[in-house]
Amino acid sequence: MIRFALRRSAWAIPTLLLVTFLVYIALRMGTDPLASYMRSNPRATRSKIAQYKELNGLGSNYVTGYFGWLRNFITFNWPNSIKGSREVWPELKDAIANSARLGIAATTVGVAIGLTIGIFAALRPGGKRDVAVNTAAFVGISIPPYISAILLQLLFAVYWSKWFGNTLFPTSGVYPPGQDGFNLVLMIKHMALPTFVVAIQIIAVYSRYMRSSLLDVLNSDYMRTARSKGLSEFRILMKHGVRNALIPVITIAALDIGAIVGGLIITENIFDYPGTGKYFLSAFGNGDFPLLMPLMVIIVASVLLFNLLADISYAILDPRIRLE
Amino acid sequence: MAWKRFAGHKAALVCCAILGFLVLAVVLSPLTTRYGVNESVKAPPNSYLPPSKFAWLGTDDIGRDLYSRLIYGTRVSLLIGLFSAFISVFVGCVVGAVAGFRGGRFDDVIMRITDLFLAFPFLVALLVVRNMFGSIGWLTLIVGEASSLRFIIFLLSFFGWMGVARIVRGQVLALKEREFIEAARASGASRSYIIKRHLIPNSIGPIMVALTFSVVGAISGEATLSFFGYGPQPGAGATSLGLLVGQAKGAVQTGFWWIALFPCLVLVVISLCINFIGDALRDATDPRLDAGK
Repeated sequence: MIRFALRRSAWAIPTLLLVTFLVYIALRMGTDPLASYMRSNPRATRSKIAQYKELNGLGSNYVTGYFGWLRNFITFNWPNSIKGSREVWPELKDAIANSARLGIAATTVGVAIGLTIGIFAALRPGGKRDVAVNTAAFVGISIPPYISAILLQLLFAVYWSKWFGNTLFPTSGVYPPGQDGFNLVLMIKHMALPTFVVAIQIIAVYSRYMRSSLLDVLNSDYMRTARSKGLSEFRILMKHGVRNALIPVITIAALDIGAIVGGLIITENIFDYPGTGKYFLSAFGNGDFPLLMPLMVIIVASVLLFNLLADISYAILDPRIRLE
Repeated sequence: MAWKRFAGHKAALVCCAILGFLVLAVVLSPLTTRYGVNESVKAPPNSYLPPSKFAWLGTDDIGRDLYSRLIYGTRVSLLIGLFSAFISVFVGCVVGAVAGFRGGRFDDVIMRITDLFLAFPFLVALLVVRNMFGSIGWLTLIVGEASSLRFIIFLLSFFGWMGVARIVRGQVLALKEREFIEAARASGASRSYIIKRHLIPNSIGPIMVALTFSVVGAISGEATLSFFGYGPQPGAGATSLGLLVGQAKGAVQTGFWWIALFPCLVLVVISLCINFIGDALRDATDPRLDAGK
């Protein structure tokens, strides 16, 4: 098992290098970092430009350029942003923290609700509850996050205050303007709507996964054996049913990080939430290469990490899997 | 048999009717609309009119009729969805069938690439690759500038084929050990003949399902791009639903509810209908599912 995990992890590093190389090429071709630097700093001196090229690895050759960038990246010699020449890491760190908070909140809420609903639906397949859950899940999947976000904003930003005269859930930012320091209540109020938007998708997807996975398990032989041993219905369901049904679901969950990050990007931009999604779109719009590369590395690394976790967790959870 | 089962799916039939109605409205578009895409409503103060007899669904900031714009938008979105779904499914079928049938190194590489792309945040990949393709001179000569409809269709197909390839590969892997394939091989059929005549026709159910979901994927992919301003240029021929939903974003804070509500509603109805039809198709064509389940 440990050897399997180590071998899989060892593969992650060359993959990371390869993918970041591709991202480097794509960003260099797509955003033209040099031109966008000149646009933002029209009066940059020649030595400033040379320094910018040097730090970002923007030589004429892509391969040597990439390694130049990589050396600076690893030694933490990160170039400043092209707009306003700000340091990258402090901003990126805050953005990641904000996004992680939103992502974890939404995933926790979404997975918990989704799994519960899925279990209830699977208990009586074809029953009223099952049909209702199925239909609701379909509606949930068919509503893209930007649409639920817009409609919620319309409801809460405009109509709630008109009807009730107060603001229940604010629709932008993490804190009201002028708020200093930590305030849990305000934060929860601000995060409620974006969390809900991201969670809708997760609930819809996971209730369906859980339902079909549990249905497969419930029809298997060992469930009949458990029942014939005289175990209680609840114990059968939880210990033998749900536990086995979770195996494929966990794997899918780990592979879903990309979808969740994608949902975050959209939601954060609509709710003006200062996370990586907002960070990415504004940096991308400015062609801000020094801001974009570290973020892309982090996204790629987290995708690879969760892929790896999926593989390893699958191998641990399902004893039938042979590791060559 | 499959048709009977499909017809037994009430929700899907309703969805077919709604979609058919929409398609009819779109096809007859100069007859069914009241104004041109960028034409202003003929009423004295015509900007931000709420729904009324002058404009059934209201007007936008410069007084254009939202109802007419929605029909034109649906036309563009459906075109994008259908074209890129067909391209994705075609490419996905070829790659998936070859990968599944040949196996070996080719299969490994293709599936690795597919995994990586499917795990990557879709929007990030879409934006980065969009700009990259847009900067390649010879490519824009073939598929058009980054802001053209053709380019969006190409871009969405570029990302769309992988899911299909995976499904077709799975089908082919399951089918290729069956007796009738062996019989075909024993009687000297070539690889491409077996793929074309046996493997693809026998996986037509899952392929149809993948096709419907690709349409939804492409429509909502284009809408996402347009929403953030990276879609086709908002000219006469490219006012898509995504663009209209993008305008909704600005209208929300000011309380012009019709600008926000109606485009969102149309987009949701379309994707919901296609999703339902896809699900019914899956139920109807999957022999493992019986009616009770």
